Amino acid sequence: MKRPSDNGGPDFMPRQQLDALQSRRLCAVVRRAYENVALYRQRMDNAGVNAERFRGAEQIASLPFTVKADLRDSYPFGLFARPMRDVVRLHASSGTTGKPIVVAYTKRDVEVWAEVVARALASFGLHAGDVIQNSYGYGLFTGGLGLHYGAEALGATVIPASGGNTDRQIMVMRDFGVSAICCTPSYFLHLMERANELGVDWKSLRLRAGIFGAEPWTEAMRQWIQQTSGIRAYDIYGLSEIIGPGVGAECREQEGLHIFEDHFYPEIIDPVTGRPLPDGEEGELVLTTLSKEAMPMIRYRTRDVTTIYAEPCPCGRTIRKIRRILRRSDDMFIIRGVNVFPSQIETALLAVDRTLPHYQIVLTREKGLDQIEIRIEVTAEMFSDRVSAMENLQSRIAAQIERTLGIRAAVSLVEPHTIQRSEGKAKRVIDQREM
Amino acid sequence: MKIHQLSVFIENRPGHLSPPIKALAAAGINIATLSLADTKQFGILRIVTRQWEKAKQVLENAGLVVSVTEVLAIEAPDRPGGLADVLTVVEAAGVGVDYLYAFAEQPGGKAVLVFRFDDSDRAIDALTAAGVNVLRSVEVYGDGD
Repeated sequence: MKRPSDNGGPDFMPRQQLDALQSRRLCAVVRRAYENVALYRQRMDNAGVNAERFRGAEQIASLPFTVKADLRDSYPFGLFARPMRDVVRLHASSGTTGKPIVVAYTKRDVEVWAEVVARALASFGLHAGDVIQNSYGYGLFTGGLGLHYGAEALGATVIPASGGNTDRQIMVMRDFGVSAICCTPSYFLHLMERANELGVDWKSLRLRAGIFGAEPWTEAMRQWIQQTSGIRAYDIYGLSEIIGPGVGAECREQEGLHIFEDHFYPEIIDPVTGRPLPDGEEGELVLTTLSKEAMPMIRYRTRDVTTIYAEPCPCGRTIRKIRRILRRSDDMFIIRGVNVFPSQIETALLAVDRTLPHYQIVLTREKGLDQIEIRIEVTAEMFSDRVSAMENLQSRIAAQIERTLGIRAAVSLVEPHTIQRSEGKAKRVIDQREM
Repeated sequence: MKIHQLSVFIENRPGHLSPPIKALAAAGINIATLSLADTKQFGILRIVTRQWEKAKQVLENAGLVVSVTEVLAIEAPDRPGGLADVLTVVEAAGVGVDYLYAFAEQPGGKAVLVFRFDDSDRAIDALTAAGVNVLRSVEVYGDGD
């Protein structure tokens, strides 16, 4: 693979050529999925889709959607399109009760992944001369290895720092001449706080860029990070179901994320009707993988709400941009990089006492670290005259939450009728974090 | 012999103690004695009153969670060693004290203490055998109430 640059290569492919490439690849992946994956075969048969005679992008709306539940239900390997001996890597999503989402890669898939991440890094202005500290978690989570392979493909010097041990991260950043750091934006805030405590002079560091993703963050936060630290803060987008980080990335304009359209076909749909929407209209992002071999995804509903820009980008890239993602069409939230559904909290509460009390989740941020508080209304059944019994209840709930989500939650017992009831969907999550 | 004590769950935040107390006042209920156990996040308000059934209703109508616990009211001489002697009796009988608090000053040189024991019946036997006066509810509340 030719090393990606910021002014040439597939990002700048003429649109007509790109459209033709997408259609060709779409036909191939539809056939591959039909022939090798029972779920896609069934769904396409039911929808009356003829995989052999599929014409390309113009027909994409005839294909059925794939949703997260399909991945859970096919745990672990039900959606694989290749035999295990062709699979060289498995990853799994974080923070779920019971079954995680398992994703698979052939050798070629790993190469494509590295290529798109490398193109993302190049679009931030990084190159082979950079020293990149990768503080995304290494392991089953796609963030760590995803950025790692991409940074290596770029030709940069990669430091596999992974997460945690903030003092050591700062030491590495300072002593190894790190020029770019990759981590979640909230972790970077935490790192900045600690660095200030240690008296680090930001201007003396070689650090000039931050590659932030895995959770939503606002323009306001970007401006704050850039002004306070002097580095450029860039957004990178991805999801394990599609490939991991590297589905999309900002360019130096920092106004929307380019989707690597030669590998991922984006659509925006109306989340209620499923109808495709034109560029410029807001809706749910749907992605189809054009080159994945081990686990192709056909019209995967991401539940992320965004818009595809109708206007071209000044950077000259022909691959279209999506607006930065700030909210979802479901009630999932992200805390310390872990995806959490309120339903998981419910499952945990039920496991404690076999009843589901009225509860509310309050998210705050202290010194850059996400905090989660679960407020639970005390009922007559729950109430004991003994303080120790009540404290014991709090601990059991906290322990169950930690066991389920992998993160510590504070548990507060509150008086009855203090949690707001609402018609229809209850507002379970109060997110007080300034993003 | 057992007294019906009300326990009320309240959050440990400013302004949360008033509502139960004011609700009882508004309903004309006189509190015989009370205590407040606190943790960082919540408290348990314990109330002894003659009209405990009415008080429970009033508090529940005010939207609070209330439970009823059986406790003992024990008479001890109001002098140094008064409580110590009572404790000697219960400890010898292997009975544990969950918590205790006192009534305000009583006439006649006697103090009255409210105890929750982990085994009330055993406590009653041990105390009565040792000549300690475990008050019946009528004596607790007095004539005036």
